[in-house]
Amino acid sequence: MRSLKEYQTVTNISGPLMMVEMVDEAKYAHIVDIELADGSIRHGQILQVERDKALVQVFEGTSGIDVERATVRFLGRPLELGVSRDLLGRVFSGLGAPKDDGPAIIPDKRLDINGRPINPFARDYPNEFIQTGISTIDGLNPLVRGQKLPIFSGAGLPHDKITAQLARQAAVLGKEEEFAVVFAAMGITFEAAQFFIDDLQQTGAIERAVMFVNLANDPAIERIATPRFALTAAEYLAFDLDMHVLVILNDMTNYCEALREISAARKEVPGRRGYPGYLYTDLATVYERAGRIKGKTGSITMVPVLTMPEDDKTHPVPDLTGYITEGQIILSRSLHRKAIAPPVDVLPSLSRLKDKGIGEGKTREDHADLYNQLYAAYAHGKEAQELATIMGEAALSDEDRKYMAFADRFEVRYIGQDYYENRTVEQTLDLGWELLSMFENVELKRIDVKLIEKYMPRFRSKKEPQVDEQNTADAGTAEGTE
Amino acid sequence: MSETSKGKIVKVAGPVVVAEGMTGSRMYDVVRVGELKLIGEIVELKGDTASIQVYEETTGIGPGGPVADTEAPLSVELGPGLIESIYDGIQRPLDDLVEAEGSFMSRGSSMPGLSREKKWHFKPTVRQGAEVGPGDIIGQVDETTLVKHKIMIPPVIAGKLKSIKKGDFTVEDTVAVVEDGNGREHQIRLMQRWPVRNARQTQKRLAPNTVLVTGQRVIDAFFPIAKGGTACVPGPFGTGKTVVQHQLAKWVDADIVVYVGCGERGNEMTDVLTEFPKLKDPRSGEPLMKRSILIANTSNMPVAAREASVYTGITIAEYFRDMGYSVALMADSTSRWAEAMREISTRLEEMPAEEGYPAYLAARIASFYERAGRVQCLGNPQREGTLSIIGAVSPPGGDLSDSVVQATLHVVKVFWSLRGRLAYQRHFPAIDWLTSYSFYKQYLKDCFEDTEQGEEMERFTVEAMGLLEQEAELLEIVRLVGAEALSPKDRLALETTRSIREDFLHQNAFHKVDTYTSMTKQYELLKTVLHFHKEGLAAVDAGVDTAQIFKLAIREEIARAKYISESEMDKISEIRERITEQTKQLAGSAVS
Ligand SMILES: Nc1ncnc2c1ncn2[C@@H]1O[C@H](COP(=O)(O)OP(=O)(O)OP(=O)(O)O)[C@@H](O)[C@H]1O
Ligand SMILES: [Mg+2]
Repeated sequence: MRSLKEYQTVTNISGPLMMVEMVDEAKYAHIVDIELADGSIRHGQILQVERDKALVQVFEGTSGIDVERATVRFLGRPLELGVSRDLLGRVFSGLGAPKDDGPAIIPDKRLDINGRPINPFARDYPNEFIQTGISTIDGLNPLVRGQKLPIFSGAGLPHDKITAQLARQAAVLGKEEEFAVVFAAMGITFEAAQFFIDDLQQTGAIERAVMFVNLANDPAIERIATPRFALTAAEYLAFDLDMHVLVILNDMTNYCEALREISAARKEVPGRRGYPGYLYTDLATVYERAGRIKGKTGSITMVPVLTMPEDDKTHPVPDLTGYITEGQIILSRSLHRKAIAPPVDVLPSLSRLKDKGIGEGKTREDHADLYNQLYAAYAHGKEAQELATIMGEAALSDEDRKYMAFADRFEVRYIGQDYYENRTVEQTLDLGWELLSMFENVELKRIDVKLIEKYMPRFRSKKEPQVDEQNTADAGTAEGTE
Repeated sequence: MSETSKGKIVKVAGPVVVAEGMTGSRMYDVVRVGELKLIGEIVELKGDTASIQVYEETTGIGPGGPVADTEAPLSVELGPGLIESIYDGIQRPLDDLVEAEGSFMSRGSSMPGLSREKKWHFKPTVRQGAEVGPGDIIGQVDETTLVKHKIMIPPVIAGKLKSIKKGDFTVEDTVAVVEDGNGREHQIRLMQRWPVRNARQTQKRLAPNTVLVTGQRVIDAFFPIAKGGTACVPGPFGTGKTVVQHQLAKWVDADIVVYVGCGERGNEMTDVLTEFPKLKDPRSGEPLMKRSILIANTSNMPVAAREASVYTGITIAEYFRDMGYSVALMADSTSRWAEAMREISTRLEEMPAEEGYPAYLAARIASFYERAGRVQCLGNPQREGTLSIIGAVSPPGGDLSDSVVQATLHVVKVFWSLRGRLAYQRHFPAIDWLTSYSFYKQYLKDCFEDTEQGEEMERFTVEAMGLLEQEAELLEIVRLVGAEALSPKDRLALETTRSIREDFLHQNAFHKVDTYTSMTKQYELLKTVLHFHKEGLAAVDAGVDTAQIFKLAIREEIARAKYISESEMDKISEIRERITEQTKQLAGSAVS
């Protein structure tokens, strides 16, 4: 190994950035170690080099760095993660250092955490249905292997419970394969992280998990590296060790804030709400690492979680995420208030890869028509609900009233389920038919007549009234129209 | 390509590298940067200092590294082998790269756009001794079952055809020799090169005058695009821009399709790659891939190559237009292209205009769309080619006041406005019928062989649009004072517009039959929906209660008419007969 040069030429510190001068071998995006006067080490990455000046972002922050006495070592390599099968079951810091009391990892190889883009021609199309046991996902927004499907949440909404449920239940139908969960925590609370870890521990899934944890009180700039560590581990597990990996990135809003901080310190022209203009591209280099590759067994399925500031979907973080991911699961505060859990806001949620993963031979032939119909009916019902709040129920037509009753029932029975309830996809589909049985065939415009004839009778013949408490009156009229 | 090593790197900031000692270099020269020989392009020259946008990740590059100038501008290779290819933003064949380097992109690879080994059968169409000039077609290669690849004399060469041979050649072999007026000989090969940032020459520009049929009802019937026309599809995320682009790439009535995935998802390209070979062109019955070329510079691939990708795509498209073909280019998404420009501009420390975009944003967008058009092609035989551009735009938050949307709307002639509200309702394509527009509407009627049918269709679309406009007003009334306030005719109008929306405008891209609708079937469907309206009005006049009209069994048949296959179209006119029967019956019983 060549000897590393040391420099004591830090000239300038501003925010998380540091300028080192009279350097003669700085390379773009390589990393440095910074030794402080007290002997402690910090880590940095070169953001820009011009002649003999290197601009360095310091992951742990610059507070306490003494311009006079800091020593900078240029390591001559990008940020790397040493990988081996022993990553499984381990907990690391946001910068990839072991954080549990386990031994150091003896790596098979060291990988640049930035990875390399998957050649689009090498991709294999995600089309294997993952049963999550959650009706709003399996029935309406099916997740497939290799997909990136974020959860758009808001402060105080139960996204942690949903991700834990996903980690617990997600399985591909009829397959016993090696799977793993990679969890990257970025700026979340100790409590939230611990909840997730405990949950995995209870089910034993912890053995198959790798965690990279940067908590709310950990250095903010470190968060820029955390998802990249996680994805490097995931790529190794998926494409070298043939595992099916579920990656959960929580919370991407905190990640973006760290990027914003760097951008501001560099005095870059800010984009919307102060986020840098390259936020889209940067997020893409994270999210696009999900996928399947031709000729390889493993896959990376990604569920990024983000909190929408003020529940605003047009905020740059959810907006740009939505532009990259393959759909989104949006949580609804109003359902949460109604104590309907998991509070998935069905109408604006969408899985874009659903069509390839469902249907005959995958889930069931009626799946696509069924979700189209459920959507349409629920949308109609929600519209009626809105109308009713503005003008009073009296203003509604009989038809509107019927759809409103449907929407209420749908929320309680279909959307609502227990966090430990693992519904099979058949149960979810049948539940859909049962709820639709209050409509006449003509009204089910989106379902093929043959499918209605095949699946509906079972639920129509069940004549014992399928009524839930709050909708007794409405349900009566609905059935009466038949 | 010759490479002269001369410059030295002095600065690296992301995708931009600055080098000194570049005397003699020209703007837009392609250079190789660092020991890894990363590919880059000079985008700014100040004295002997060049700013270079690098098409690959610059990690590990630093001051002192070498820069070599290839002394040629960024160009594409044009010749047999383009069809069915998938390229990155600078025409590197992604399929060959997987074979050579594996599933992940590595750096510094240089692989030619066209295979050097593959032999093509060349058939001359002109004889030795003929006088030829720029753009003249001298022969052809049957590249795929769908594409006859015309071999043209490159611009600037003219003279007497000294020799021309039939046979099997690689793209680099000489197939003909032209002797110019000065007695100089020019080798003509199957391949030529063209710098991507310059538009290819044409004889004359003509105004578009025919509709480019897409098989998408809302587009063809209400907001058609012309052959040689320009269209943009802005919309928030998830509203269906890519699906519209894919649908057009699949079904558009063009000879050649160039699809540019510019800074979007990798899986979307895979989708095209897996689906197109399986789908059959409705006109020829051949796999759609046999007329398609894909450019894929996905969002995680380097930003500078993304900037170049639209130029690579449009240059290839122009080349096929020059053969006399009708070419359609889809760019998804032009916003990512604009953002790439913005990022490079920021790193060049240029003065930003709005939203950080460079001041030349609008000019670049305009000159890109200007490369579309219907043209009289250069050279003999006389021929017309068209190049249509359909660009997706992804404005932040779906806000149409965004710079890229605004700059695009200044130049394009068709606007398909996608609405989040419609997408949530799963009304696809989520094209807002009230705000979208097309300047090519007047050519719609010529799509029909039967002129009478064409004129009728024109009337139908006017009537349907009138009803849809009325719907907006009626719904407002309902919101304010309730449904009771509506007259029976208004109620009927609302039901008809619902039927126009659900049974005509709504089109499921993933349904076997619904995915494509011929012009004739569009006519049949719209006629049927409006026939119900007409007969309904008559029934109302006869005193029939609207509720009874709405309950008619025929309505379900109207709703399902779009799923009737093209070969059974007479079933649609039968529905009309039953509409008449059933409404007459109602009217009859109302009178008695
Ligand atoms: N014509 C259609 N028929 C059926 N579904 C559609 C149609 N158009 C869009 N969709 C649905 O909408 C989803 C999103 O569409 P699409 O991917 O085209 O959005 P987009 O506007 O390109 O989004 P982004 O800007 O994020 O790329 C599709 O995955 C599909 O589920
Ligand atoms: Mg898209």
